[in-house]
Amino acid sequence: MEAGREQSVLTVAGVEALFAALRDRGYRVVGPTVRDQAIVYDDIAAVDDLPRGWTDEQDGGHYRLNRRDDDALFGYVVGPHSWKKFLHPPRQRLWSAKREDGETRVTADVTEPPRFAFIGVRACELNAIAIQDRVFLGGPFADPHYQARREDAFFVAVNCGQAGGTCFCASMKTGPKAEAGFDLALTEMLEGGESRFLVEVGSDEGRDVLAALPREPATAADEATAIGIVARTTASMGRAMPEGDIRELLLENLEHPRWDDVAERCLTCGNCTMVCPTCFCTSVEDTSDLTGTETSRERRWDSCFTMDFSYIHGGSVRSSAKARYRQWMTHKLATWFDQFGTSGCVGCGRCVTWCPVGIDITEEVRAIQGGD
Amino acid sequence: MAEAHKPRLAVWKFASCDGCQLSLLDCEDELLAVADAIDIAYFMEATRGHISGRYDLSLVEGSITTAHAAERIREVRRISDVVITIGACATAGGIQALRNFADVKEYASIVYARPDYISTLATSTAIADHIRVEFELRGCPINKRQLVEVVSAYLAKRKPVTPAHSVCVECKLRGTVCVMVAHGTPCLGPVTHAGCGALCPAYDRGCYGCFGPMETPNAPALSDWLSRLGMDDRSISRVYSTFNTDAEPFREEKERHGR
Ligand code: SF4
Ligand code: SF4
Ligand code: SF4
Repeated sequence: MEAGREQSVLTVAGVEALFAALRDRGYRVVGPTVRDQAIVYDDIAAVDDLPRGWTDEQDGGHYRLNRRDDDALFGYVVGPHSWKKFLHPPRQRLWSAKREDGETRVTADVTEPPRFAFIGVRACELNAIAIQDRVFLGGPFADPHYQARREDAFFVAVNCGQAGGTCFCASMKTGPKAEAGFDLALTEMLEGGESRFLVEVGSDEGRDVLAALPREPATAADEATAIGIVARTTASMGRAMPEGDIRELLLENLEHPRWDDVAERCLTCGNCTMVCPTCFCTSVEDTSDLTGTETSRERRWDSCFTMDFSYIHGGSVRSSAKARYRQWMTHKLATWFDQFGTSGCVGCGRCVTWCPVGIDITEEVRAIQGGD
Repeated sequence: MAEAHKPRLAVWKFASCDGCQLSLLDCEDELLAVADAIDIAYFMEATRGHISGRYDLSLVEGSITTAHAAERIREVRRISDVVITIGACATAGGIQALRNFADVKEYASIVYARPDYISTLATSTAIADHIRVEFELRGCPINKRQLVEVVSAYLAKRKPVTPAHSVCVECKLRGTVCVMVAHGTPCLGPVTHAGCGALCPAYDRGCYGCFGPMETPNAPALSDWLSRLGMDDRSISRVYSTFNTDAEPFREEKERHGR
């Protein structure tokens, strides 16, 4: 994959043609769309399915959709869903078995996943996917389910035109500009109410797809506009992770009183881990039917906030809320480096927004750093 | 090894609305398999069976509200190998446990024309307050898929898959948008035991706590947030005053916010 320098410009009609071209190539096109007063990721058929003219207002434990005063197609940030729901689904049957005439037949789950084309993937999300790639595909054992969904996926990235109230990718160095891991990357430029999209090519497949679309070459002015948009977004992050060596800070403060403080507020509900695009933990559930002839094993998202998750003979290892919150945060921001070589946090802000009581990972770090 | 005999099942009713027993009848598709796998020896809702001999598995619905019931549940224990309680009445005392916070005589005088005919205890209590119980299946009403799972697990001698984490986890598994964060709708999901599949949030409503407290509920922290969403003490006390009101974490929270 060679990141191309050549850039072109698409109109809204060009984006429409892009969706059609991806469908023609056999992709299942999924992207942002409005549902239940939020922007979620689901199948989209056309530009009209995008949250055109909508934006989101986000803060700790708070999310609202608002109307924009323009018709931007991508004038919002990330919502409650992440692409993990497609690449690492909440439930995955691993195998099933059937007993017939004294014989047991085991069937591995071999359903072939669709080839996904993901529309509107943000820089933080590309980084999150790169992290899950290391988790599922790095090392001696690749996860076949993740691999099958991941390897043929097509990524249309969008460079954020504005930052959300809980975004802090700039301080995590994971955005807001998509640097790698995409096939095509768009920057939405709004001029006189009309959207035009500067397109950057990130792969051969991206170049092929783009070649068939109605487009114009980008001018120097277009490129300058796009750079300006990203710079403005960088400067308007709603949150920031404090500077310094967070890994060392946390590991040296495992008994800091702030852990007790956050444990008072934390509901141990697990929302933060479910919405986090890098959290990958699962449990395995075995079930059998009433007749005792069929059984199946299913993998389901789990969370370090549940008691079962750390249950070993005799009880749960992390029974207090303090131990569980600390496990979560120190894994994200500290021990992830030891395990996978990077931070486990990309600064998307989901855990802050979707925590029902607005617990803010950046604020917790700041409190520990501040020594109070 | 003993010969493979079909386990005998009994379904017992105490103070309750019958809704949980009906969940068993509602398992139309599964009922044949149930009847195949076990001998439904006593089930007033469905058969004219009668009590005789021993039962391998007793499902108990309802709470203990009378002296007679308190005796009868001991008898059920005596003749059952395994007792599984089903539903909020049996596992927490049910909505009728509101009497535990009030004067039952006063209630009776308001409700009945001849309160002197009423012979009842001052409290409504969970079955496990009276006898040893092997497993408690939560819900008001119980979820029929969970019931089938518990019976299947019993037959296979394995642990049932009925996680005790929050309803929030179920919301996220099904991709439901959080009604509390996105709409400002008060929701008990974070302190409530999973099992319903996050039914209410999927229909744009907050969780009512039908499955009772989750494994490690932090109700005071949730209440703080509910008051920030604009609920007053009385309303907060009321959300904990439903089907699982006498389950300890809910009771404490109810009382912390008023009567
Ligand atoms: S920890 Fe929070 S901000 Fe960081 S990647 Fe996960 S959800 Fe996003
Ligand atoms: S930090 Fe928030 S979302 Fe995470 S478990 Fe605690 S209360 Fe739930
Ligand atoms: S809607 Fe309720 S149960 Fe669902 S995630 Fe939000 S707070 Fe939890």
